[in-house]
Amino acid sequence: MADLTTNFIGIKSPNPFWLASAPPTDKEYNVRRAFEAGWGGVVWKTLGEEGPPVVNVNGPRYGAIYGGDRRLIGLNNIELITDRPLQQNLQEIKAVKRDYPDRAMIVSLMVPCEEEAWKAILPVVEETGADGIELNFGCPHGMAERGMGAAVGQVPEYIEMVTRWCKQYTRMPVIVKLTPNITDIRMPAEAAMRGGADAVSLINTINSITSVNLDTFAPEPTIDGWGAHGGYCGPAVKPIALNMVAEIARSEVTAGLPISGIGGVSNWRDAAEFMALGAGNVQVCTAAMTYGFKIVEEMISGLSQYMDEREITSTSEIIGRAVPNAKDWQDLNLNYIAKAKIDQDLCIACGRCFAACEDTSHQAITMSDDRVFEVQNDECVACNLCALVCPVENCITLEQQAAGTVDERTGEVIPEEYANWTTHPNNPTGAMCNVMPSDD
Amino acid sequence: MPNDMQTSGIADHRLSPPDYADNFSDLHAPLSDHEALVAADRCYFCHDAPCMDACPTTIDIPLFIRQISTGTADAAANTIFSQNILGGMCARVCPTETLCEEVCVRETAEGKPVLIGQLQRYATDGMMGKAHPFNRAAETGKKIAVVGAGPAGLACAHRLSMNGHAVTVFDARAKGGGLNEFGIAAYKSVGGFAQTEVEWLLSIGGIEVKYDSPLGNGLSIDDLKADYDAVFLGIGLGGVNALRADGEDKDNVVDAVDFIEGLRQASDMGTVAVGRHVVVIGGGMTAVDAAVQSKLLGADEVTMVYRRGKERMSASVFEQELATSKGVHLIYNAAPVRVIGNGAAQAVEFAYTHTVDGKLENTGETFTVTADQVFKAIGQTLDGAPDGLELDGGKINVNEVGQTSDPAIWAGGDCASGGDDLTVTAVAEGRDAAEAINNKLTAEG
Repeated sequence: MADLTTNFIGIKSPNPFWLASAPPTDKEYNVRRAFEAGWGGVVWKTLGEEGPPVVNVNGPRYGAIYGGDRRLIGLNNIELITDRPLQQNLQEIKAVKRDYPDRAMIVSLMVPCEEEAWKAILPVVEETGADGIELNFGCPHGMAERGMGAAVGQVPEYIEMVTRWCKQYTRMPVIVKLTPNITDIRMPAEAAMRGGADAVSLINTINSITSVNLDTFAPEPTIDGWGAHGGYCGPAVKPIALNMVAEIARSEVTAGLPISGIGGVSNWRDAAEFMALGAGNVQVCTAAMTYGFKIVEEMISGLSQYMDEREITSTSEIIGRAVPNAKDWQDLNLNYIAKAKIDQDLCIACGRCFAACEDTSHQAITMSDDRVFEVQNDECVACNLCALVCPVENCITLEQQAAGTVDERTGEVIPEEYANWTTHPNNPTGAMCNVMPSDD
Repeated sequence: MPNDMQTSGIADHRLSPPDYADNFSDLHAPLSDHEALVAADRCYFCHDAPCMDACPTTIDIPLFIRQISTGTADAAANTIFSQNILGGMCARVCPTETLCEEVCVRETAEGKPVLIGQLQRYATDGMMGKAHPFNRAAETGKKIAVVGAGPAGLACAHRLSMNGHAVTVFDARAKGGGLNEFGIAAYKSVGGFAQTEVEWLLSIGGIEVKYDSPLGNGLSIDDLKADYDAVFLGIGLGGVNALRADGEDKDNVVDAVDFIEGLRQASDMGTVAVGRHVVVIGGGMTAVDAAVQSKLLGADEVTMVYRRGKERMSASVFEQELATSKGVHLIYNAAPVRVIGNGAAQAVEFAYTHTVDGKLENTGETFTVTADQVFKAIGQTLDGAPDGLELDGGKINVNEVGQTSDPAIWAGGDCASGGDDLTVTAVAEGRDAAEAINNKLTAEG
């Protein structure tokens, strides 16, 4: 079995699977169960400053989006930071860390945007023996209305300032958790970096209303007839999170900044994908909330099998491996020509590829009277929609057309060489290339 | 001593009341809301779906299943009823395994089709207690006579009424529904569903039903033609084929359809007498229904004998398996030679058969099966059709829209040529004849 040990900014854990700061990590009971189940680390649910704790709503705190068969694919949350007293949380953190010294124990923090507030809480957290802190600059609901959470995360100058305070007042590594509710994720990441952050973690949840009750005409989850936006998470947000991780990983400014990947990680494969795009580890929440802590067993065995099969001996060999392949659109090879291909033996003749192509795409699939579906290469632009709507795995594939053969759609020979938009004759800026002297 | 399964001869009350209740409960229990959602989720919403093509009434199955999955079962029911007003009964009795579900792409993919029949029942059951979903068009002043209140006649009457015509239905029996009420197996239509459905269907209005009014008994086709603008015949198949075996006239050799009718009309299954040893001769749905229900009534041994091979049996594989699962012994490739008995049947002698040059012949080898009761289920025949109508293969010859050789008379269902003898086919034929009648009367002005 592969060695899954991970060293993230000097914090060692037996595997790269951490539980994110969220309801599952709110108290000792849950975190002990998580560690018994095999999780490599936890980020303790966000602590606030000393004093009366925040209060939560007492109606529903979550809303959900379902896929087929009532599979939960998106979760919306309006729970705030911990509503338990600071001292109780600190005592529990200390007790758990003492009993599980090999696991990563990170403490999430959110206090007012004042130097004194941060200066006050950092030493008491340090006393617990925690391995590091995560600054919650992402919580999009409730706390943001009070000038914390995403309200800080949306202002790069604040991120930089608070990060700097934390680096100044504690020796613990500082992870800055970023909100996706911004335009360009690189800006807050750069700010965290300037402030001296050891790492960033992303994404926090996305502003969301999951549904509207059509009997009461109230957004859900509904509290006494009203609803407020919450934070969206779960498998549905994974593509957004992956892109934001990649943006930071491939940016020249932030390249090399350690990233803890968060956002819809549900199984070993999701985790490996985040790591390939530059995450040093991953944090999980919704999948655990949906299925319980036991899922980590599949994550451990799955990643191990994957690594064993490819003779990968360390997770560090996966981390960032896909980053060089994450490019801008303009870099993509326009001379790469593919065509959809239907495996007639696997086809169950549902006709979804035909409906999709005929109604919404390029009329490149024909249907015979006896329900045989065939791709017309002279119309197919290889958009992939047919393959995506096909219910049978690998029934429809996109096949690269060999260089030197004729693309039946354009009637032109497919060139060997790579060519992209920047040099394409239709590109008004790229056309400059054509007037450059080429043969002398 | 009370009767039990080993009581000799033909006897009632072989089982306890709970056994009867259990044996004659729903073959497929209705889907719960949760089961329906799970089942509906499996539909792929195929383009130009094969299931629709396989349905004789062309119900838009992907659409109604999608409507169920989005929480609008009444809309799903309307999708069904707009094509098949007897969609509730068809959901129960259709051999879906040889129609829509046979061609479901998930049958191709996984050997497990979407539960189309059960989903159809889920949707349609919900509408039975509700207001009738269709309105009648403005009165046309036209009058149409429909003979037979079975699936074909009811479907025809309903569609004619929707089109604004005044319909009078004549039926020979005291209740409507035809084979839905008197024919099919009891466990496929529990709780008096056939009558519930008839009442719901008629609640559209514009349809008068005259029961105990058989054709021929003071009711002539000429009178109907004179009194009405058009006539539709949905009279079914009233005759029964003979065994053409010696001893057929012995006591306790009866038509399976009569046995089933008696059983369907019994309010207490314990009062229905059945033999200890029952032999059913035939290979269709009626044979299976008689054999299975004999077993459910407490017959000790039930043997169903079919003269050809398993693959030629008109009862589906599902029905054959249902029979064997209930303990019916199926014998293929054997034909009756004679009924043995002194006055009443005691046994049936069969000869094995094989096919020589396309013709079925006895091999010469015979065997005997003990029988207190023998049910004949080798097919029904047209009986009591008006003189002068052209026939085709023993049925009233109709064109593609159900018109007979007499342009004022239409026909559909089992009595008419073309199509399988299925409830759903009868509904399609009745509906389409109604549209043809409407077109003709509308054109005439």
